[in-house]
Amino acid sequence: MAQTNSHTHPIQSVESASPRDVPGAKGGTGGTQAPKAGAGIEHLVALYRQMFLIRRIEEEAARAYAQGKIGGFLHLYIGQEAVGVGAMAALQPDDYVITTYRDHGIALAKGMSPNALMAELWGKGTGCSKGLGGSMHMFDKATNMLGGYGIVGGHIPLAAGVAFASKYRNDKRVTLCFFGEGAVSIAGFHEGVSLAALWKLPIVFICENNEYSMGTPMSRTMSVEDVTSKAVGYGIPSDRFFADDVLEVEERIRQAVDRARETSMPTLVEVRTYRFRGHSMSDPAKYRTAAELEDRKKKDPVIRTRAKLLSEGYEEKRIEALEAEVEAEVMAAVKFAEESPEPDPSLLEATTYDGPFAS
Amino acid sequence: MARNIRFREALREAMIEEMERDDRVFLMGEEVGHYQGAYKVSEGMLDKFGDKRVIDTPIAEGGFAGIGIGAAMVGLRPIVEFMTWNFSAVAFDQILNNAAKLRQMSGGQFNCPIVFRGPNASAKQVGSQHSHAMEHFYATIPGIKVVAPAYPADAKGLMKAAIRDDNPVLVMESETLYSVKGDVPDDQDAIPFGKANVVRQGTDLTLVAYSRMTLVAMEAAAALEKEGISVEVVDLRSLRPLDEDTIVDSVEKTHRCVVVHEGFPYGGVGAEVADRIQRLAFDALDAPVLRVTTLDVGMPYNAKLEQLCIPQPDRVIAAAKRVLYRGQA
Repeated sequence: MAQTNSHTHPIQSVESASPRDVPGAKGGTGGTQAPKAGAGIEHLVALYRQMFLIRRIEEEAARAYAQGKIGGFLHLYIGQEAVGVGAMAALQPDDYVITTYRDHGIALAKGMSPNALMAELWGKGTGCSKGLGGSMHMFDKATNMLGGYGIVGGHIPLAAGVAFASKYRNDKRVTLCFFGEGAVSIAGFHEGVSLAALWKLPIVFICENNEYSMGTPMSRTMSVEDVTSKAVGYGIPSDRFFADDVLEVEERIRQAVDRARETSMPTLVEVRTYRFRGHSMSDPAKYRTAAELEDRKKKDPVIRTRAKLLSEGYEEKRIEALEAEVEAEVMAAVKFAEESPEPDPSLLEATTYDGPFAS
Repeated sequence: MARNIRFREALREAMIEEMERDDRVFLMGEEVGHYQGAYKVSEGMLDKFGDKRVIDTPIAEGGFAGIGIGAAMVGLRPIVEFMTWNFSAVAFDQILNNAAKLRQMSGGQFNCPIVFRGPNASAKQVGSQHSHAMEHFYATIPGIKVVAPAYPADAKGLMKAAIRDDNPVLVMESETLYSVKGDVPDDQDAIPFGKANVVRQGTDLTLVAYSRMTLVAMEAAAALEKEGISVEVVDLRSLRPLDEDTIVDSVEKTHRCVVVHEGFPYGGVGAEVADRIQRLAFDALDAPVLRVTTLDVGMPYNAKLEQLCIPQPDRVIAAAKRVLYRGQA
């Protein structure tokens, strides 16, 4: 890849980039270039399909939650789909991904089956984590989905450890570590990024800044509302942009992924996005105005991508056929979850220790 | 054949032999490499294995504990040294919420084969923040194993077992044992967890202890023998899993028991042992199970007060006489 200034000296790398860049954004060349891989319409269709699938799965999950079929907490990704889908498109299949409790979209984009995801939400034995993890703990070893984690930022050092293992083995895998802007205030963020920078680990830290950490706007949680400003302190490159266009997300994340793979240099990326629902299903999100929400919904990444497909001449009936196919897949996942057996109690001790239970 | 070596050398030999056997094993921690280890446990290991496998970290317990856990979940086998277990409190979230729970919350998909180790409990006059016995916080948590050796041979054997185990294992080393020598067989292999050791046979009373308190219990037992009291000493070695069979067998033989440990009295390993005895061997008991622990106060710097707080042989002797209904306690 072409080396940007951000590669070597982030603080001096202010350059005009995409018009979609967040004011003050550093580095990146995203919107000024045509997307590299998969610029074809079929690639965009594939990304749209994934985003639509995530949207529909979560809408069904919300319905099931309201009906009491799903317990615990349910943190929806609705509105943020372009981040996970775009970022994952920049990966090789055996790269690693780890994220927070807002993990459904990330897990699906990484390749988890809708059945395994929905059954996990139902707490069934056929779920990805056998019904023992739930909404916040989506793990899928087969696709290197290393889980969703419930402690804000506690997974960031783990992510650095996974990248450490890649470097130790020289397996050329890259780790993507997702977190919200709320995690930036916790010690785990500092220690994880600091060590990754010190040891030059092949990792991309992706802050999905959706403007609210739980119910508190970022103006009340961060003294500087530019997460990437912290990259300067660690001496690593950064990038910062709005997640309006899934292809741009893919391209900008790809630059960071390539850098990690080729030079083992971590990058701190801040992607500005917005969640249409509250922090979790128990949050009515009264801390923001209806006008703000309406304004943000105009940038709905799923709708925008659909519109883009149409504007580029993709036939609407083909989109509808694809949507019907996803619809059937989602309803089949609901049925699968509904009809799956409860996990066996014998799993409890068997999953706590490898080998005999240690009491 | 056996060699008489120090506790720290036994630990080092275990790590070196396992690192030679398995290149997925590496050591990480503050000053384990270039400085040669704060307590010289890792002395010489950097020269032997290089800085890829003997890794100095910044002062960032939560960060490097988490890095170890992440590396373990994708197939490496880290040994993470805490300069003292007191500082593990900074990494408690990583050990509790990640290492211990990863396997369960992933439905058994991901293991976490990691060893956390370092000096535990009191040293000499290092003040309250460096003197805390931490083992009982960890032994309560399902998903991790906790061992606390008293002798160099056990230190080597348990460390080898810890490194080979596919679960998170915490090795609690008493800071005051590092220089103590003991015989270690030339062919010392891994010692299975959950097997307590009857280190002294007796008939009148059982003392249950672990780590350095086993040595205190042995000292008390020798003194009691001079008064005609026959004491059995059980060294737990492993706190989780706990070998309740050996404890129960001993109590059924002696009918009386005192538990000695450096943790605080509230809850803890002594309470756990006492509970198991009353559940599993109630009919064998001729007296209540007593506990000799660190006093229920912060650890003072003052040398005399510090000695007062930490269990000494005289307190063990007094407790022993009390369960024997002899003399005052």
